[in-house]
Amino acid sequence: MTASNHTPTLNAADLQIHYGSHLAVRDVSLDIAGASITALIGPSGCGKSSVLRCFNRLNDLIPSFRLEGKVAYQGQDLYARHIDPIEVRRRIGMVFQKANPFPKSIFANVAFGAKVTRYTGNMEELVENCLRRSALWDEVKDKLDESGLSLSGGQRQRLCIARTLAAEPEVILMDEPCSALDPLSTRKIEELMLSLKEHYTIVIVTHNLSQARRVADYTAFFNTEEADGAMVGYLAEFAETESIFESPQHEVTRDYVAGRFG
Amino acid sequence: MPTTANPSTLAKTWRKPRSLRDRAMTVLAGACLVVALIPLVWLLTFVTVRGISRFDFALFTQLPPAPGMAGGGLANALVGTIMVLLVAMAISVPFGLLGAIYLSEFGRDSFWARRVRFATNTLNGVPSIISGLFVYALLVRSGLTGYSALAGGCALAVLMLPTIVRTAEEALRLVPQDLRWASLGAGASEYQTVVGVVLPSAAPAIVTGITLSIARAAGETAPLIFTALFSPFWAENFREPVASLAVLVYNFASVPFAPQQDLAWAAALILILMVLVTNVLATLFIRRRSQ
Amino acid sequence: MTAATHTRERSPGERRLDRALVLATRVSAGAVWGVLFLMTVIIVYTALPAIREFGLGFLASTAWNPAAGREVYGALPMIYGTVVSSTIALLIAVPLGLGSAIFLNEDFLPERIRYVLISLIELLAAIPSVIYGLWGIFVVIPILKDVGNWLHLNLGFIPLFGTASVGPGMLPAAVVLSIMILPITTSLSRSSLAAVPPDLREAALGLGATRWEAVFRVLVPAAFSGIAGGVLLALGRAMGETMATTMIIGNSNELSFSLLAPGNTLASLIANQFGEATGLQVSSLMYAALVLMFMTVLVNILAQMIVKSVRLRNQ
Repeated sequence: MTASNHTPTLNAADLQIHYGSHLAVRDVSLDIAGASITALIGPSGCGKSSVLRCFNRLNDLIPSFRLEGKVAYQGQDLYARHIDPIEVRRRIGMVFQKANPFPKSIFANVAFGAKVTRYTGNMEELVENCLRRSALWDEVKDKLDESGLSLSGGQRQRLCIARTLAAEPEVILMDEPCSALDPLSTRKIEELMLSLKEHYTIVIVTHNLSQARRVADYTAFFNTEEADGAMVGYLAEFAETESIFESPQHEVTRDYVAGRFG
Repeated sequence: MPTTANPSTLAKTWRKPRSLRDRAMTVLAGACLVVALIPLVWLLTFVTVRGISRFDFALFTQLPPAPGMAGGGLANALVGTIMVLLVAMAISVPFGLLGAIYLSEFGRDSFWARRVRFATNTLNGVPSIISGLFVYALLVRSGLTGYSALAGGCALAVLMLPTIVRTAEEALRLVPQDLRWASLGAGASEYQTVVGVVLPSAAPAIVTGITLSIARAAGETAPLIFTALFSPFWAENFREPVASLAVLVYNFASVPFAPQQDLAWAAALILILMVLVTNVLATLFIRRRSQ
Repeated sequence: MTAATHTRERSPGERRLDRALVLATRVSAGAVWGVLFLMTVIIVYTALPAIREFGLGFLASTAWNPAAGREVYGALPMIYGTVVSSTIALLIAVPLGLGSAIFLNEDFLPERIRYVLISLIELLAAIPSVIYGLWGIFVVIPILKDVGNWLHLNLGFIPLFGTASVGPGMLPAAVVLSIMILPITTSLSRSSLAAVPPDLREAALGLGATRWEAVFRVLVPAAFSGIAGGVLLALGRAMGETMATTMIIGNSNELSFSLLAPGNTLASLIANQFGEATGLQVSSLMYAALVLMFMTVLVNILAQMIVKSVRLRNQ
């Protein structure tokens, strides 16, 4: 964390997430470095997806959601009054657990990402470029007019990544992007992530420990504890991936990465 | 691409064309809703105000007054509506229910089931006056029943049949497949499964659907004007013309006598209340069950 | 062998019950076709004298004269009236209904209020058309009479406003029709929008689309088949609507391009004349009913096809 290109891009300070009266996540402070991959891991219910969604204000869609603390991107408080959530989401894109292509053609799916940002250049070129970067081009170049729903699960997810790339974000958030995919498709997406990290900051939530180990530069381990009869998530340990897996500082991290719970 | 963009552009500004367009669209859509609701609320209050003034004991117990006379009621139309609805139910409920059972339990997605579904949707789109003409030619003109509650009920049954098939099929399809497997797996016959397991668990939804379709049929006018006709007197039996609330509204709307017009408004209010009460009961019922 | 005594054979009676149930359901399902078929046959049969007398010329002729001895019937003014009144009704109801549907499908209003409004609109879709007609006579006609006369005075050079308003007429009928089909248009559009998977909205917003970009580029296109089907159903309903139009349109059999003049539709022609009709007039009215049935069934089948084809393409 000394290299100059590793200045924190995203940063959370004393983050608390509430849904209605229920405290879901407490006291998360986290600095995410630029041009790197950071994995968020932990048992179910630890709030890793909730934290992820704070980074591009997608939690705004849940009426009962409430946040305390600070989430910042390049030093700007994302939840400040004057911030436009739409602008935030354009700069910080999201890939979802369940691949969700629109019921439109493959071409239109990718072009959608560019259209929301009022891209004025050559659309064909951009679509091809994004599909190439998401390693899907060779499989779909002859059927760009077919529905995005005609693709297989792994292809759909790469289409969604291409769609996100077309919006030209600076950060890509991925919420368990491979959890519904077969090992071969998972491998493809992982290779894709590694090739994208040169240009993008990637934050990925994953259930798959070996995936975190394979792709992530940094890993944040979230855990749950019981408080007032409800489960609350918290950040247990955050470090370079190698040290999380090889020499964790906390016993609970050691137990989790060794597969003893979760 | 990575971290070169100017951070200040994250801020909101109202001057952005995008934000302006979004606000304008929100206002426009809200305006649509307001404009759409005005006439509908107007209609409801207008009918209530005009109709309630005649809500008295005589309304529900007396015959309509002769032209030019005041007072009276619409008791015969109330009874007539019930008679016509009874006939319609007696025909459309058994056929509709059995047809729905065929679609959801036996036909499913077969060739014939799809044809039947198509016919149901098509029959549902046939204008109500046509079912009146059909029953007129089939039963009235041929002398089989003449103008009567029987003929009127048949015309309404034609309208209710597709609605009942559709709502009952939807209700039956909501019954979890496990339940059928459990019953058949325990060695029950088709009959035992359908009558003993599937129908009882779909019954509340089916009853709700049938009730709503009856409330809707109660206000149908076009199928009755050439079949049940109208009568200023009490109906003696099912084989003679009867009055109904819906036809009373139509007939009395355009007469120049105020007492008759008042009766039309009162009948309209009764019809609206029937729809309102059944709808509210149905929603409460469905909500209670889904909790 | 002893085990067999425990497994009771199904009795013949039980088997017969099974077969009877299946048979009864088949017959009832077939009855839907039966009704549709019988209806068509009987209407065609009753209309035959008029079909023989006038042929397809019935559709293009503007004469409607029931005077004995000089009887001649043509349905063009009513076909025109049916098409014009329902088209105007759609032009008013679809934008308003779609706008309301989108507004109710978004989270602009608190959940509770939205729920009440949605229920209210569904309730209004169930109000009998004869009541819309009654209300139209006493409320809409007086208002539109003044509006119509203003239009005639100031814009009378346009053929659509070429006559003075006498009260009942095409315009008030179309307006009442639009109010009548507004609830069903709104509630069908809203339920199609609500059926769009929420992850599509999330995907669009996650890419930085604004709310209305998500609505117009993702939600509405994804719900298109349902919305289009609903609009066609509303059109079918407007074309076949009888009571409200009969009470308001003025029942004139003259063809007039002025929206302020009285007109007629196929359904209101039948409702208005059938009671006193005899002989050839009855079969001419049946012929008109056949034309109406053909038009509405066509629209209905089209609606079913749109819903089906778009659903297939998306799978």
